[in-house]
Amino acid sequence: MAQLAVENLKMYYRTRKGQVRAVDGISFSLEAGRALGIVGESGCGKSSLGLTLLRLLPPNAQVVGGAIRLGGQELTSMDDETFRKDVRWTKIAMVFQGAMNALNPVLTVGSQITEAILAHEKVSKEEAVQRAKELLELVGINPARYSHYPHEFSGGMKQRAVIAMALACHPDVIIADEPTTALDVMVQAQVLKAIADLRARLNLSLILVSHDLSVIAQTCDDVAVMYAGKIVEYGPVEEIFVRPRHPYTQGLVQAFPDIHAERAPIVSIPGTPPNLLNPPSGCRFHPRCPLANDQCRGVEPELVEKGAARHRVACHLVSPGGEAVEVRFA
Amino acid sequence: MTTTSSSDILLEARELVKHFPLRRSLSQALRGERPAVRAVDGVGFHVRRGEILGLVGESGCGKTTTGRLLLRLEEPTGGQVLFDGQDITQLTPQEMTRLRRRMQIVFQDPYDSMNPNMDIFNIVAEPLRIQGIAKSREEMEERVARALADVELVPVEEFMHRYPKELSGGQRQRVAIARALVLEPDFVVADEPVSMLDVSIRGGILKILQRLVRERGLSLVFITHDLSLARHFCDRVAVMYLGQIVEYAPSDALVQKPHHPYTQALMQAVLSTDPRRKHIYTGLKGEIPNPANPPSGCRLHPRCPLATEQCRSEAAPLTEHAPGHWAACHHVAKALAQLQAPAAG
Repeated sequence: MAQLAVENLKMYYRTRKGQVRAVDGISFSLEAGRALGIVGESGCGKSSLGLTLLRLLPPNAQVVGGAIRLGGQELTSMDDETFRKDVRWTKIAMVFQGAMNALNPVLTVGSQITEAILAHEKVSKEEAVQRAKELLELVGINPARYSHYPHEFSGGMKQRAVIAMALACHPDVIIADEPTTALDVMVQAQVLKAIADLRARLNLSLILVSHDLSVIAQTCDDVAVMYAGKIVEYGPVEEIFVRPRHPYTQGLVQAFPDIHAERAPIVSIPGTPPNLLNPPSGCRFHPRCPLANDQCRGVEPELVEKGAARHRVACHLVSPGGEAVEVRFA
Repeated sequence: MTTTSSSDILLEARELVKHFPLRRSLSQALRGERPAVRAVDGVGFHVRRGEILGLVGESGCGKTTTGRLLLRLEEPTGGQVLFDGQDITQLTPQEMTRLRRRMQIVFQDPYDSMNPNMDIFNIVAEPLRIQGIAKSREEMEERVARALADVELVPVEEFMHRYPKELSGGQRQRVAIARALVLEPDFVVADEPVSMLDVSIRGGILKILQRLVRERGLSLVFITHDLSLARHFCDRVAVMYLGQIVEYAPSDALVQKPHHPYTQALMQAVLSTDPRRKHIYTGLKGEIPNPANPPSGCRLHPRCPLATEQCRSEAAPLTEHAPGHWAACHHVAKALAQLQAPAAG
């Protein structure tokens, strides 16, 4: 049984101009100890999805449908108080985008982790301090650094400290939203390595949200490609990135040239992502898709398994056997 | 008379230095020390007509400061910038203003680099006004329209009277490029022009820049932290570390046969998009040292696996190891041998 199962989840923002359908019928499942990448561009709903799972939404957001099951327990119907006490941070935790810049500059890094532990668990101060030191060690930071301030940490260390903080209450699932986006490549590698080590050691399940295909290719087992509030392709990374079938995924893969590949012409996908106040009819990618036909404009494709096992794709033009037209973006 | 090889070169930086002074403590003052962040510390390279030169490095390596020095948006502490044979560091402000018609910049952040109260027409027309170029309103409109068409913001009339906030990030960056192009410069520095844009959008911007280089013989210095992008987009690439160029080569040669241990490490740290090649490299030990107090000798030595006594005491000069392939390392042969061996780590 999956540790986390999300079914047809819908979360809309109410705005003066109407509903923004940021998460619009998302389904996926995550087995214990596995890592799922959510990849997509700005505004595709990937960060909103994370916030929905953790119920950290602004007042104008509303879950309008779907189910979230964690270890068999249904979360969407749970009251806020129980969710706060029994789920958030203790079962699912999150590393926010840019969180390393949200550390309090006038408190030591260690005390901020201790505080997180004391806020959720009935333990003595001494125990909490001890645990905070262990957590620092777990992410590869010398526990002697407990009493140092954020400005004495490098970017990569701050980011690892924030990850340690997310682990403070032994969650089973961690959601990391763009955990390495502002970091240099070498530091990024250190942080990703720390995450990989933690997963192995603690049997953590991970949802990694990123716009960067390479981060997901290197750290995740499965990937869900999001476009305009929906998953357009979903399956094992080896399948999706090596044999992308959805025209959007093909475009993304082509737009991200590998450093080891032959020098290649620059690729872009024409047009811009749609406004989710008023998404396109049919397949939401149709205005940008070179293959779009009347069916694409009128009928929304379903995310279904085609061809390879567990390779799901939402495109009318992929045959049931998984044959897809190769799209060459220029 | 100039030789063909030198007239082929539009801009040359020689021994460029930029130190930003730090406040000194009493004891430093008594000892006569002048502490400074040595942002750029002896950088030299040339830019040919009609080429794209990439300036690559991690944050704080001095790549942005170098770009600003090339346009004299920053006064150098030392060194020269020769533009078409003329040392621009010696020009008067008036002469410099005149020269700016030919040298322009595109900044990283398309949100911050534009006056939100000006419409697109006025943003793009501003350089024309400053330079007193367009004599009539018609001429100004014509030149702005041409610049907007160049960056594919069409239909032009539709964009001219909109405001930055009505445009997407990609469209704003096109406006920024149009503003740089309206003067028809021969030299443009683009500082991380696509790093804030989504992948599907950034290709569009890069293709516009590439087309301008190919069609007009524009020379472009492209500053980026992304070695993978530099490899695919630039003709030649200079890699910077702690205020200095450590390697400088045609982009294919740089990636296929990196000579400097730093370039090698940087290359390995770039994650592959191919999930079948799983490899997270955490190679170089430690982090980038403080540029106010750089290591002696070769600046990479405290982190370099090949460092010897010589590296600790003696800086390695940038030398040509293959035609057009320069590297600043005492142990290039060892570094190359290490490249042949199966990658460790």
